[in-house]
Amino acid sequence: MEILEKVTKSEYKYGFYTPLEADKVPPGLNEDIIRHISAKKNEPEWMTEWRLEAYRIWQTMQEPQWANIRYKKPDFQAISYYAAPKPKKQLNSLEEVDPELLKTFQKLGISIEEQKRLTGVAIDVVVDSVSVKTTFKEKLAELGIIFCSMSEAIREHGDLVRRYLGTVVPRTDNFYAALNSAVFSDGSFCYIPKGVRCPVELSTYFRINEAGTGQFERTLVVADEGSYVSYLEGCTAPMRDENQLHAAVVELIALEGAEIKYSTVQNWYPGDKDGNGGVFNFVTKRGLCERDSKISWTQVETGSAITWKYPSCILKGDNSVGEFYSVAVTNHHQQADTGTKMIHLGRNTRSTIISKGISAGRSQNSYRGLVKIGPRAINARNFSQCDSMLMGDQCGAHTFPYIEVENPTAKVEHEATTSKIGEDQIFYCNQRGIPTEEAINLIVNGFAKEVISQLPMEFAVEAQKLLAVSLEGSVG
Amino acid sequence: MEAFKETLLSSFIVFENQLNGQKKSELHKLRQKAFEAFEKYGFPTRKDEDWKYTNLKPIIKHDYKIFHPKEQKLQLDEARKYFLSETDTYRIVFVDGYYASWLSLTTHHQYDICTFSALINRYPEIADEYVGKLINHGDSFTALNTAFAREGAYIFVPDNKIVDKPIEILHFTTPHALPAFQQPRSLLVLGKNSRATVIERHISLSANPVFTNSATEVFLHTGAILDHYKIQTDHYEASLIDNTVYQLQGYSVLNLTTASLGGKFVRNNPIVKLIESMAEAHLWGLTKIDSSELADHHTSIEHIAPHCQSNELYKGIFGGRSTGIFNGKVYVAPHAQKTNAFQQNNNIVLSDKATVNTKPQLEIFANDVKCSHGCTVGQMDENAMFYLRQRGIAADKARALLLLAFAGEIVDKIQLPELRQYVKRIFNQKNHIDFDFDL
Repeated sequence: MEILEKVTKSEYKYGFYTPLEADKVPPGLNEDIIRHISAKKNEPEWMTEWRLEAYRIWQTMQEPQWANIRYKKPDFQAISYYAAPKPKKQLNSLEEVDPELLKTFQKLGISIEEQKRLTGVAIDVVVDSVSVKTTFKEKLAELGIIFCSMSEAIREHGDLVRRYLGTVVPRTDNFYAALNSAVFSDGSFCYIPKGVRCPVELSTYFRINEAGTGQFERTLVVADEGSYVSYLEGCTAPMRDENQLHAAVVELIALEGAEIKYSTVQNWYPGDKDGNGGVFNFVTKRGLCERDSKISWTQVETGSAITWKYPSCILKGDNSVGEFYSVAVTNHHQQADTGTKMIHLGRNTRSTIISKGISAGRSQNSYRGLVKIGPRAINARNFSQCDSMLMGDQCGAHTFPYIEVENPTAKVEHEATTSKIGEDQIFYCNQRGIPTEEAINLIVNGFAKEVISQLPMEFAVEAQKLLAVSLEGSVG
Repeated sequence: MEAFKETLLSSFIVFENQLNGQKKSELHKLRQKAFEAFEKYGFPTRKDEDWKYTNLKPIIKHDYKIFHPKEQKLQLDEARKYFLSETDTYRIVFVDGYYASWLSLTTHHQYDICTFSALINRYPEIADEYVGKLINHGDSFTALNTAFAREGAYIFVPDNKIVDKPIEILHFTTPHALPAFQQPRSLLVLGKNSRATVIERHISLSANPVFTNSATEVFLHTGAILDHYKIQTDHYEASLIDNTVYQLQGYSVLNLTTASLGGKFVRNNPIVKLIESMAEAHLWGLTKIDSSELADHHTSIEHIAPHCQSNELYKGIFGGRSTGIFNGKVYVAPHAQKTNAFQQNNNIVLSDKATVNTKPQLEIFANDVKCSHGCTVGQMDENAMFYLRQRGIAADKARALLLLAFAGEIVDKIQLPELRQYVKRIFNQKNHIDFDFDL
């Protein structure tokens, strides 16, 4: 129990704050603010109109209440909707990047140079919503791959963005998606041309830096016919006392025969051990699968005070495949309501859901999923498994799997278990000379193995470390 | 649906005026409170999470008649064919919501097997102790039932007594010119170490729509055992909402078997509260529906005390344009350690137009527990079908055999041989097969 105390009370390791001069708009939201954001980013007229329309839709909507989470509602008029580091000058090489920023990355253990040289990962660094540095762009450009910030994409590839933006997550989708559509500051855009297999893992680091600013990322990934891309997204946020709001939208489009693999490691500031502060994470992620395509979501969620996130797949085309692998860890007073939606519309569509929830401290961890088999989805197949692990007697684990079947040829399976780390398991390890702390590490990593193994190599290591930091020593 | 609510609201005043001398009783205060709750909430809509898949509109659109004249229309000869046995059971029979003494076999010897009205008149102290103690006014149908609570079954088994014969509770609705609305209210109390078997049925003899809103409270004291069978085989114009709340004290056992084999609309809300250690609840359910019938099982198991066990197995077969819904909630309270909860829901969809919506729901607030659930939606095994066909068994018979095998896991849980045979017979009739041998 001592170890439990020690570890579950361990403070957030990434809690530091980089003083960068930020260009901020006054708090609050109205049409003028939106015009201001749009103007600041030199956006074309259609984009400004698109945002304003989204704002009008947002005003008619209500915050969703159905999730199994309790929190103090953010005051949307007290948030500053745009913050960008003041551009000093155009940057040509890594040396010119703000040294403070480089330090931040070093503290996170992700050195750009190292990643660049050793792993071949192109990183589109997003600090407070504006891309500061994009690497490997030229190399990717040779293949015709477009990988750039959303604001650049709107300027340079307006027709592509206009064609796909908001087609998977429309502005009317939900409260937070509408808000994001109105005020999104930046994000990533990725387009893989026909038949191209992207040679590197595309990666973005999101950071929420400036105090009191909300982060509204917009990501759009389009994989054209027969292409393949693996996209990584990782997040750490420094420690701030007031709650920060994050409402991102991610849209994936896999055209005929394409494959998108989208991996996330999220370890935003979860609040201190008494439940003060922490990030509110309200994310809408959805992918659209055309014929013979595949979308795979993998996520490791260890951070955020509140998580509200359901990466989904719309299996529209025949023979398309959707996958969802998730590990969600909650500790202290964290609350997570997360899961997936698999909407089978086409024939012979298949989906797999593996969800592992680990709750410790006084946290609440919910899985909420939907598997819907439409009337025309002949021979659709789904397998779902959601396992929960409880550590300590004050946490909770909940499952809300919805299954709706409207076709007699569908095969849908769902199973769920709840368990704890057994004293006999710990005893077995102890007996063999493995200290309790390491034993728990071992067991938790074993529990989450099916998901971790889906992550690209670079992330898998970080994810394992994260699990260890978040939970070691928690014997029920 | 507003029209029906208005009818109910005005009927309550009429109902109150009929209650001579009862107006000051505790029960009536409860009725008034429940009525206020119903007035406030009204009927649930599909926006309520608990009614997401269940559309009430087609049921409550009719202008049901709330009060029925007390007539002795049903004769023994006609009612007889619905009895499990003529002499070997206790029987509490109601016709149009009134107690039918000429059809019943009740007793006050050793234990009380009689009616809810007898409870109110003869044992007001028991009524005050138990009635309304489990039922939640937050649900509009139970509130509505409480508001009009007047008649139903009452069973009281004292400590250390075993009821020697099964108890049948039968609710008949005779033919009426208008759609009829029934609200039976029952109370079952089993004392320490007692045991009883109860079979509950609702039978509509009317060609017009009949809507039954039944509510039952069941108390199992330490060590009591209850075998409860709900056989729902009503015809296409009959709808049923059944709310039953069980409270289980230490070492008590509940075996609940629900066979939903017919009815336009059947909604079962069994709520089981395990309030003391070592209590055990087993819930078995079998559904076989066709055409545009709907069967909805909303079970709720509340593990409030540690060291309790619950076990649920619900199987369904859906043909035609039928809709099947299963929502299995298991709640494990903080400190309810060593809970063992198991839940399984298997469904077979036979036709293109049938729909199955299933949602197992676990809410767990304790760490040293074993909880698991599983659910499947699928079709008949083609290999098994091929095997049977190869051996010269006709397609429809082979199909019926396989379905019977699928249902067997539930049917075989029925302890009474006559009842088991009866359910099998009805099940085979639903599959349009008459096996000429006894299975």
